[in-house]
Amino acid sequence: MSEHPKFHLPVMLPVRPVATSTACLVATLSSRWGLLAILSGLALCLGLEQAWAQQDMAAFSIWEAIVKWTPLIFWGTGQGLGGFVLNIWVSVLAMTIGTCLGLMLGIGQVSPHRVLRWPSWAVTQLFRNSPWLVLLFYFMMLLPYEIRILGFSVPFSGWFKATVALSLPVMANISEIVRGAILSIPTGQWESAESLALTRRQTMWRIILPQCVKRMIPPWMNWYCILVMSTPLISILGVQDAMTLTQDALAAEGRMELLIPFYLWLMLWFFAYTYPIARWTRRLESRFAVKL
Amino acid sequence: MKTWTPSEPIISISNVHKAYGSFQVLKGVSLDVKKGEVVCIIGPSGSGKSTLIRCINGLNDIQSGSIRVEGMEVNDPKLDKLALRKNVGIVFQQFNLFPHKTVLENVMMAPVIVLKQARTEVEQRARALIAKVRLEGKENAYPGELSGGQQQRVAIARCLAMAPDIMLFDEVTSALDPETVNEVLSTIKDLAQEGMTCILVTHEMGFAREVADHIYFTDKGVIVEHGPPDVFFANPKDPRTREFLGKVL
Repeated sequence: MSEHPKFHLPVMLPVRPVATSTACLVATLSSRWGLLAILSGLALCLGLEQAWAQQDMAAFSIWEAIVKWTPLIFWGTGQGLGGFVLNIWVSVLAMTIGTCLGLMLGIGQVSPHRVLRWPSWAVTQLFRNSPWLVLLFYFMMLLPYEIRILGFSVPFSGWFKATVALSLPVMANISEIVRGAILSIPTGQWESAESLALTRRQTMWRIILPQCVKRMIPPWMNWYCILVMSTPLISILGVQDAMTLTQDALAAEGRMELLIPFYLWLMLWFFAYTYPIARWTRRLESRFAVKL
Repeated sequence: MKTWTPSEPIISISNVHKAYGSFQVLKGVSLDVKKGEVVCIIGPSGSGKSTLIRCINGLNDIQSGSIRVEGMEVNDPKLDKLALRKNVGIVFQQFNLFPHKTVLENVMMAPVIVLKQARTEVEQRARALIAKVRLEGKENAYPGELSGGQQQRVAIARCLAMAPDIMLFDEVTSALDPETVNEVLSTIKDLAQEGMTCILVTHEMGFAREVADHIYFTDKGVIVEHGPPDVFFANPKDPRTREFLGKVL
């Protein structure tokens, strides 16, 4: 049996166990999320890539390289935040800043006062229609390296500037979501609150906005997913995020055959983080759609 | 501001004009309402009756003329809107309850956050009002769980929680199923009998006849005819009134 020429191809020997173990892992993941097709496709790509290496033990060493670099790409160098964790932290922070500012802008957009309404509208339109990458570069140049407050110097690290830059397009889009939600509330709600002598601010915060939350959550989560997937952009500014560290790892290894497996691996992380949120959003959307 | 005494009309509307763009809705309307009086405004759709009633508590503004409520000039830019709206409650055709609040919270909201009254005292009063509109047991229900007639009675209780002197009813039974109309009308009748000053815009002629002290008939932005219900319904003088009553009665 071992005389058969097929079994003399060296590449076949290490591939089989690796491919199956990957497939096993993938199958467990996918049975939980119902992603069998997509993830086993990815696993197949990894396997093919390994087979394609055409060298003795090469495929096994690809898997070894992934295992070796994964902690760095996930956690960073250990000096401050870095890696995939930094991507998530940047996304959470940018979303928080963007949501707070976007809420203010959105309320400003429906203000009866022109001095509030017009600037809110202008800022919203400006940042909604700017390329994210251009914004990133712009804020990298615009913000100082540190600011001095009462004699103390507060450093502005690269990742923080990048976070501020990313929060702006989020802010603008949240602003539009808020404006749309407020306008979707029937005018009767405003009238009855007014006739009960509530002030405009009381009406907004106690009557209108609480009713908006339900309608805003699905698009808000949608924008969070988009933001998470945009965080690798900050690697262009030299921030030690997962993308930068993947590139560093690849440079250190200096092996062409690692490129595709490494980027696929990174993609998988983002997918694993974002896809459940997207699914949850869809569920909420259909739930709220029935009630409206 | 001259102070108002109960012997004068509680609401005094004189020569009010109001237009939406080039469309004249009110073309010189005048009427007086005395304290404790129940006034019904009837007329064909688009005759300006809803607009008129909404002008009384300042939800709509007017172009010219004067509306005085308890001596307060409604269209005075310096008017304390809180003082006006504390005294004038309005119930809408579409109920406009706050859907994210329970019945009890709907009723309690304005006294607590506008009048800054103590929660416990407001809650006691709110529960009594909910009982008064015959909705005991529904305190913790959300508006979406109630029928139209029940929602409208909550809306009435919500208004009453502010302890107004005047209640405005803007076609409050028009969006209701026929079988729930009567429960709302009987609630209004209770109020009228207790001496609440009420202005009703309504299409319920039988009810208007039964409960009103005075009927006003409006058409195309003017008051065509008015009088006590027995005179008005039995012996309408103007041909437009006769035509309208011929259609609806």
